[in-house]
Amino acid sequence: MAIPSYAGPLERVWYYVYRLICAAIFFFLIIPILVIIPLSFNAEPYFTFTPEMLRFEAEAFSLRWYADIVNNEQWLHSIKNSFIIGIASTLVATSLGTLAALGLSRAELPAKSLLMGILISPMIVPLIITAAAMFFFYSAPFGSDFALAQTYTGVILAHAALGTPFVVITVTATLVGFDKNLIRASNSMGADMPTTFFKVIMPLILPGVISGALFAFVTSFDEVVVVLFMAGFEQRTIPRQMWAGIREQISPTILAVATLLIIISTMLLATIELLRRRNERMRGVTY
Amino acid sequence: MAHAIEEAGPARPLTMADGTPLKVALARATRRSKIRAFLLVAPLLLFILITFIFPIVDMLMRSIDNPEVNDAIPLTVAELEKWDGEGMPPDAVFAAFIKEMGDRGEGQRRNVGRMGARLNYEDGGFRSLINKSQRAAAKIEEDPMQFALVGFDKGWEDKKTWPTLDELAETPEFAEVLPETAALLRKWETGNSPFAEKTPKPETYPTILSELEKAKADGSLARLLPLVQAENRKLATTLEKTAASAGDIRDNPLRYALVGVDKDWGEQKTWKIIKQVSSPVTFSYYLNAVDRTYDIDGNIVMQPEWKQIYVQLFMKTIYVSLGVTLACLILAYPISYLLATLPPSKGNLLLILVLLPFWTSLLVRTTSWIVLLQTQGVINDTLVFLGIISDDNRIEMIYNMTGTIIAMTHILLPFMVLPMYSVMKTISPSYMRAARSLGANPLIAFVRVYMPQTVPGIGAGSILVFILAIGYYITPALVGGQDGQLISNFIAYHMQKSLNWGLAAALGTILLGGVLIMYWLYDRLVGIDNMKLG
Repeated sequence: MAIPSYAGPLERVWYYVYRLICAAIFFFLIIPILVIIPLSFNAEPYFTFTPEMLRFEAEAFSLRWYADIVNNEQWLHSIKNSFIIGIASTLVATSLGTLAALGLSRAELPAKSLLMGILISPMIVPLIITAAAMFFFYSAPFGSDFALAQTYTGVILAHAALGTPFVVITVTATLVGFDKNLIRASNSMGADMPTTFFKVIMPLILPGVISGALFAFVTSFDEVVVVLFMAGFEQRTIPRQMWAGIREQISPTILAVATLLIIISTMLLATIELLRRRNERMRGVTY
Repeated sequence: MAHAIEEAGPARPLTMADGTPLKVALARATRRSKIRAFLLVAPLLLFILITFIFPIVDMLMRSIDNPEVNDAIPLTVAELEKWDGEGMPPDAVFAAFIKEMGDRGEGQRRNVGRMGARLNYEDGGFRSLINKSQRAAAKIEEDPMQFALVGFDKGWEDKKTWPTLDELAETPEFAEVLPETAALLRKWETGNSPFAEKTPKPETYPTILSELEKAKADGSLARLLPLVQAENRKLATTLEKTAASAGDIRDNPLRYALVGVDKDWGEQKTWKIIKQVSSPVTFSYYLNAVDRTYDIDGNIVMQPEWKQIYVQLFMKTIYVSLGVTLACLILAYPISYLLATLPPSKGNLLLILVLLPFWTSLLVRTTSWIVLLQTQGVINDTLVFLGIISDDNRIEMIYNMTGTIIAMTHILLPFMVLPMYSVMKTISPSYMRAARSLGANPLIAFVRVYMPQTVPGIGAGSILVFILAIGYYITPALVGGQDGQLISNFIAYHMQKSLNWGLAAALGTILLGGVLIMYWLYDRLVGIDNMKLG
């Protein structure tokens, strides 16, 4: 993207103007994240930079809002809930989604696009509709008294349903270039189907499965609409607790939680990126 | 040659080792592999159907489902079917209605309560009318004629009425004109009427009614009236009026009784509304969702001015979604181009700036915009500090439409960048060089050579952002204030606050229909199978 040697003076000016415009857009993208992190260390209960902070005085910064999280029963409970619900729904979504992706990648599967449409639909339907529908149905499925609303099971099943499309999509994408001959080779050397699956297929599609699982986890971890409608007080998750905090009395504790969430999402993003590279390397291997 | 053909004989079909024809065996094998492929998909399919598709279908049914009136008063509904809508409904309707309303069973009381709430959507006074009538219905059933008289004329519940008649019963004229009534009144006893401490036996009411009718017919009533008038003027008028309509009261006692509970039961309109709402399937929620309603004769008309909000709301949602899509497009195009044309090492580094917000919690980003935009927030503080605005006219950028659009644009921008970037990555830079070498200036080369090749990316990104924007709930709810609310927020409002679930379902179905159309477009343009993440 260096300036071509044949560029005129106007083009040179535009080149730098364009770089500035791009810098401004990237700034817009990243500023919310950049602002939250320092503000979470604010010693004062304000949401803006105090003059002391701008002068970098040590006592203007403190960890009091982080201490708040640790000392607050509700926050701790919601953090625990987020991980319980997130991990459980990820396990359900990943196992079901991976199996389905294996089926979907077979050429002989009938009505493929219809099936794909149905399996992807939780990602497409606006969340408010999903939440409303689940609220009715999980309160009295098929008119029975077997209520799943306001239980952990109900929230986990709902989140698993929302997470499966991501698993299906990522694993199907991994299977696109899958060499069927490897299965035949494995079988011809006397491996039975389970052995082939765990020794040959699984290692090759693992990056797709893990990144699908991470997507499913983030979906559950960040989901608030279904939780708002369907979960009880007992099942409060981090986003639900934040929602309450923003709506009622916003306290800087939320900024501290937000900073922790940013750290978590950065780690997840790094994991996905590493998986993608490993996958490309493995794809590059020729037999 | 000819010799060889003779050797081969008739052509035999190819067979497997076990003797089955090859064709059959092949069909069997294909079927088996189809089933095996489907079995892999089946568990997830079943899971999604039960946990997701059934709930959605169930909710869509709610938008036309209209069970309340039918569950509460089925017999009345059946009788109303026979009514042609002219004049007042026949007394059989009233009889069935009072019978069903008077049932004090737990389930029935709940059903009637639901019916009141349902009818209240049609007309604001219904809930209290139903509650009131439910309390009265059981009593009416015990003694319909007493309530019919009271319903016909309030004079019958006057405290003085029966004592006066009781005194008059001693006179010979009264005994002559209304003999049986007089006989009953002599057996005076303390009754259980709500209207007076002392009342005659229940059978006195039908008796006096039929005797008044007779007396009116043979003219003997005229002899009795002056006597009553001397005692109590109002009572005389009541007697005269009752005698004139006695036949009607005898034929429709329950109607008069119910009208006595509330005048609305004497209005044809009330019954027409009930009849309209009694069908088990209704489109009125959908009409309501597009600001229309049924009038009393079942024609579709506009809602009153103050209720016309939903068409505007849908339009607003579409405009905001289009605005956000356009903003994302304008912001995403330059940076996607930059990311796609930089060398990979730098490009991947900058891509993190797009992916990090994408992976950051929605609530974190929304919170952050509140922190940035509020009047005492970072941006306003900075502007005041720089002296651009004064401290007392800080800009209102949050809790209104501006806040909604800014926050939504930020949240949806990565969804626009990623598809565009992946399309631009595939465009070879040599086209541009070729255009330049053929004498195009940079602008023309870009517009006529480069941009047409990015159209698939623009289309995919725009549809994706539009689909997501149109159903947005969290951000408008948190930063939208009063005027930044979109259709989803109203669905939530009807779900949680007004409890008008039918309307919530109808609005949701319309929204879902719009999203599915866009989704179909996306499928045609990009293909679901090519959906990429991250």
